[in-house]
Amino acid sequence: MSDRMLTMAEAVREAMGIAMEERPEVFLLGEDVGIYGGAFGVSGDLYHRFGSDRVLDTPISELGIVGAAVGAALSGMRPIVEIQFSDFTAQAMDQIANQAAKIHFMLGGGLHVPMVLRTPSGSGTGAAAQHSQSLETWFANVPGLKVVMPSNPADAKGLLLSAIDDPNPVIFLEHKLLYKIPGRDAVAEGAERIPLGVSKIVRTGKDLTIVATGVMVNKSFEAAARLEAEGISVELIDPRTISPLDMNPIYESVDKTGRLLVVQEAPAHAGFINEVVTQLVGSPSFGSLIAPVKRLAGLNIPIPYAPQLERSAVPQIDDIEIAARDLVKSWK
Amino acid sequence: MTTLELMTGHPLSSPEHAKYAYLYMNRIRKFEEAVEDLFGRGMMHGTMHLSIGQEASPTGVCLALNINDQITSTHRGHGHCIAKGADLTRMIAELLGKEIGYCGGRGGSMHIADVETGNLGANGVVGGGIPIAVGAALASKMMAKGTVVVSFFGDGALNEGAFHEAANMAAIWKLPVIFVCENNKYGMSSSTAKAFALENLSDRAKGYGFPGVTIDGNDVVAVYEATQAAVNRAKAGEGPTLIEAQTYRWKGHSRSDKNLYRTKEEIEEWKAVDPIVRFKNVLLERNIASAEELAEIEKRATDQVIEAVNVAVKATPATPEGLVEAVFKKVSA
Ligand SMILES: Cc1ncc(C[n+]2csc(CCOP(=O)(O)OP(=O)(O)O)c2C)c(N)n1
Ligand SMILES: [Mg+2]
Repeated sequence: MSDRMLTMAEAVREAMGIAMEERPEVFLLGEDVGIYGGAFGVSGDLYHRFGSDRVLDTPISELGIVGAAVGAALSGMRPIVEIQFSDFTAQAMDQIANQAAKIHFMLGGGLHVPMVLRTPSGSGTGAAAQHSQSLETWFANVPGLKVVMPSNPADAKGLLLSAIDDPNPVIFLEHKLLYKIPGRDAVAEGAERIPLGVSKIVRTGKDLTIVATGVMVNKSFEAAARLEAEGISVELIDPRTISPLDMNPIYESVDKTGRLLVVQEAPAHAGFINEVVTQLVGSPSFGSLIAPVKRLAGLNIPIPYAPQLERSAVPQIDDIEIAARDLVKSWK
Repeated sequence: MTTLELMTGHPLSSPEHAKYAYLYMNRIRKFEEAVEDLFGRGMMHGTMHLSIGQEASPTGVCLALNINDQITSTHRGHGHCIAKGADLTRMIAELLGKEIGYCGGRGGSMHIADVETGNLGANGVVGGGIPIAVGAALASKMMAKGTVVVSFFGDGALNEGAFHEAANMAAIWKLPVIFVCENNKYGMSSSTAKAFALENLSDRAKGYGFPGVTIDGNDVVAVYEATQAAVNRAKAGEGPTLIEAQTYRWKGHSRSDKNLYRTKEEIEEWKAVDPIVRFKNVLLERNIASAEELAEIEKRATDQVIEAVNVAVKATPATPEGLVEAVFKKVSA
């Protein structure tokens, strides 16, 4: 057992270091990942540990960077790409969506793309609309991509190791607000993997199921702790990987609680949580519901700059607490 | 209000022009110092990209532009915005998230746009403004406006695909656009020596069939002259020019920069070629202005910035009401 409380930046760095030690074909490339240590300090000392041949600083050329990773992945290497902000995956979208995602299937199965694209996601830093988006559905809607959204350091480490092992392109979305805060759980020393496509029951409860992603898992956890004090028992589920999506624990939970609240930071319209709801509605667990499903998500607006505006654009702990209480109190 | 009458013309063509150029360089410097201070005091949120040390480039370029000429700018855009004639109070108010800010608090430092002075907006995306400038130049040509468009961007942006596609289109359509690459030697931690296999970044223009010039970007006169030549070319229908203005950013890339990728000595060397001090010395040597007059201008710049901060600090904070309605412009009936 270990009691190491790491931040998500540290856990992600540790996973990359382990993978680079395990396999010579793993390397990291991206803007300012070298001596600068990454825009959010995630690559940190990897440059000093592994040298400039395996921690490659690139020019500001996102399409070129991802394309180079795809080509290297096709040819025996296992690149980890860091795109400085998830918003700039837009520049690289041809290589992500039209190339990496399709090559294995479209070209008959003889080629595959073992690439991980890690990128900071989400709002809360006052960086405004072009540096704050939650773009998971861009990727989740492209068959051929796996999409991971870790909500804590321990999961981030184990999931990233699996993502690097995976022979397919994996988009790994790291919420910026999680980088600097230690998780609730210790991060084990070793190289233990957490498989992709397994939802996690973060806390068990009997009155209401909350399904949340990314930083909203933490906010929901806080809300659940407050509700516990008033006798409302929340079961919280973190899908962890949104593609592939493991619905079984969600079905089982709703069968038990009869109530479902889904929470994400991304705008509500056409968002990932709608997929959770749709699958639930089409399953036998639909019959277990005793309350309408409630959805909490970002407003359908670009993320604004001023702190008071930015806060209003995405769900906060209070919003989750109120919505959860309301579901339980209004539907018996 | 802090907006002044905008002037156009060679910075040494008259004492008024010279003083105007000196005032604007100082306004930019004082503005950036005020931003750093507001940040340090926790009054400003988010991040900031300061252009201290680079003031000659926006000032010299905008002296060659009229109010109807347009610009696109960058994350390091306060100087461009000020030189094009923006109101300092509304700029500071934006940084402080106030209702009267240029974007009503929705954009912040990286997104200030000013319709009245032809500023199509700063940009959070490296290279994002370059194709937009080409499009504005296309509109200028199609609508026979007789205006030019300047796209400001950094050395780092020259390695984005956006530059290459836009440059070629501007060239084949002979558009009235000027690409001003402010080469401050680094794109974040990445030096031009590491990010390019080229001596002069302006050589990139050759590949697209238009002229590229490398100039001393800390000399406001050189910047003006290169820009004026490019404006003449653009207005004559001869197409784009790439100007590489060599300069240096004194401060870190943003507030989180630890400056691990460059030396203190290098920073000091560049501080010794401060564009403001250099222009001041030219004005003194040529007896265009006295030391007292220049000191008075410096004080005026400081006072204007202080006044802007005082008004902006007291202004009403932006509120979340109406954000959803603000996403789309209303479709007219
Ligand atoms: C497309 C894109 N990639 C990366 C970034 C992150 N970033 C912001 S500024 C910057 C450096 C830009 O360098 P340069 O163009 O030389 O401008 P400077 O900061 O030196 O003024 C980087 C990498 C971004 N904003 N947009
Ligand atoms: Mg630069």
